[in-house]
Amino acid sequence: MNSFHDLTVAELAQALKTKQMSAVEVATGFLARLGGNPHNAFLDIDSEVTLAQAQASDARLAAGTAGPLEGVPVGHKDVFVTRDFATTAGSKILTGYRSPFDATLVQKLGASASGGAGMVTVGKLNCDEFAMGSANENSAFGKVTNPWDKARVPGGSSGGSAAAVAARLVPAATGTDTGGSIRQPASFCGITGIKPTYGRASRYGMIAYASSLDQGGPMARTAEDCALLLSAMCGPDLDRDSTSLDVPAEDFTASLNNSIEGLRIGIPREFFGEGLHADVRAAVDGALREYEKLGAKLVPISLPRTELSIPVYYIIAPAEASSNLSRFDGVKFGHRAKDYTDLVDMYKKTRAEGFGNEVKRRIMTGAYVLSHGYYDAYYLQAQKIRRMIADDFQNAFKECDVIAGPVAPSVAWKFGENAGDPVADYLADIFTLPASLAGLPGMSVPAGFGAGNMPVGLQLIGNYFKEAQLLNAAHRLQQATDFHLRKPEGI
Amino acid sequence: MSLTPQDIARIANLARLELQPEESERMLTQINGFFGIVQAMQAVDTTGIEPMAHPVAAIQDITLRLRPDVASEPKQRELNQRSAPAVERGLFLVPKVIE
Repeated sequence: MNSFHDLTVAELAQALKTKQMSAVEVATGFLARLGGNPHNAFLDIDSEVTLAQAQASDARLAAGTAGPLEGVPVGHKDVFVTRDFATTAGSKILTGYRSPFDATLVQKLGASASGGAGMVTVGKLNCDEFAMGSANENSAFGKVTNPWDKARVPGGSSGGSAAAVAARLVPAATGTDTGGSIRQPASFCGITGIKPTYGRASRYGMIAYASSLDQGGPMARTAEDCALLLSAMCGPDLDRDSTSLDVPAEDFTASLNNSIEGLRIGIPREFFGEGLHADVRAAVDGALREYEKLGAKLVPISLPRTELSIPVYYIIAPAEASSNLSRFDGVKFGHRAKDYTDLVDMYKKTRAEGFGNEVKRRIMTGAYVLSHGYYDAYYLQAQKIRRMIADDFQNAFKECDVIAGPVAPSVAWKFGENAGDPVADYLADIFTLPASLAGLPGMSVPAGFGAGNMPVGLQLIGNYFKEAQLLNAAHRLQQATDFHLRKPEGI
Repeated sequence: MSLTPQDIARIANLARLELQPEESERMLTQINGFFGIVQAMQAVDTTGIEPMAHPVAAIQDITLRLRPDVASEPKQRELNQRSAPAVERGLFLVPKVIE
């Protein structure tokens, strides 16, 4: 048998259920791997809390009242608030913050005594400050390194989650995706991640960045594991999240093994233009050929407003961020400046000290596009084009069942390569932004390796509520390939 | 279109951010750099298109719910205030605002 950290969520759940190992043994094993915080992936670890959760899991396993993922460890991206761990969202302004409650997704994956799946939290995962970034270089608590090459970024904003899963520090993690923050780091670190349809997983307790785009989802090594976690995460949360949809939870594992014979895969030509690096293209083409072998048909499609998704996203998301982040004012929680003259000065100094550069830039951009005289020209115009982008997808889905393409134009870049040029990072989001703006489910599946032997992800985009179909397609690919089983050297 | 240093000062005030002079300068260059890619958006004809707030509105009517205005959370003042920078007798302290 593989050592415990090489087991998937499915295998660990099985081993725990059949008493081959105890939850405390598993938790202790993973906690030992976290010593020294490899890759700077974690922001908070508390072995006492973790072991207490594991003991409770063992009691439930013994009593026969276990949840479906009882005792399996999980890490949470630090934008999910947790009662028992500090929550910072990667920002200095929330240093030392302790939430009085758990986010809905934390609850749904957590203690089965409160209706959760029974997973044991091993800690909180590093991320770009308030989930704003594509390289995890914007965390106030230091960069996360890519387990495949420490000189390279892990992607962002869920960079800690992706690195931790790739380095086998946790079998699975939560992430959040506003403009690609689950899919892109999953691609850069060679793991599997899915963002469900906007509104399917509760945003309650997810620190808001851009409310009309933010969506939580799982990151793990296999599509099957993502299906297991996502089944526990989805479902209505009508009283607590006003944008939560009244769509029932679903067992996403049920259709994993369905045949994909005849599946029509749409290939958007705008995703294969000159900006796409040759090494990424070769890996993506290889995965598409596998799909053809499995009986799928490739259908050329067009998403004509792909390029426009960059300005549209970088207007809408900062606008919403500038409003959401107004709550960080040094009064109710977190950091407060030491010296100030009056209330307004206290706000200004607190925010100047507490926020990092990228967050300030987005607050400024957002406040500008929402300000008097500019609202119609920027924010409203962006929201209108957003609808056109969503309509483009609906047109495309008349011709195909799922859409496939690259997640990002290149493999993970080296630290400092885009330094000082935020627009360079923005442009690299081009392939993930369209599905985010349309609120569609999307995922990244390991598809091969490119330059520097770095992983390449294949992006799969489904129509609304078609997560099961995406996971089915991803699982079938993983039955035919072994990219998701490869691991970084030394791990 | 280009922002001016005055725009930066005005927005920084609206956003309650104190910016150092060199920060303001860098911000001006970077935000103007970003607005370079926004130009393309201005050229799009959006006559008759409804702005979209909830993306799933692309396929179905979405009405954002309001829940009944009743207290749903337990009273846990201490827990809620444990991360506040300054609290006294259960109250959040702020600098004096009324002379």
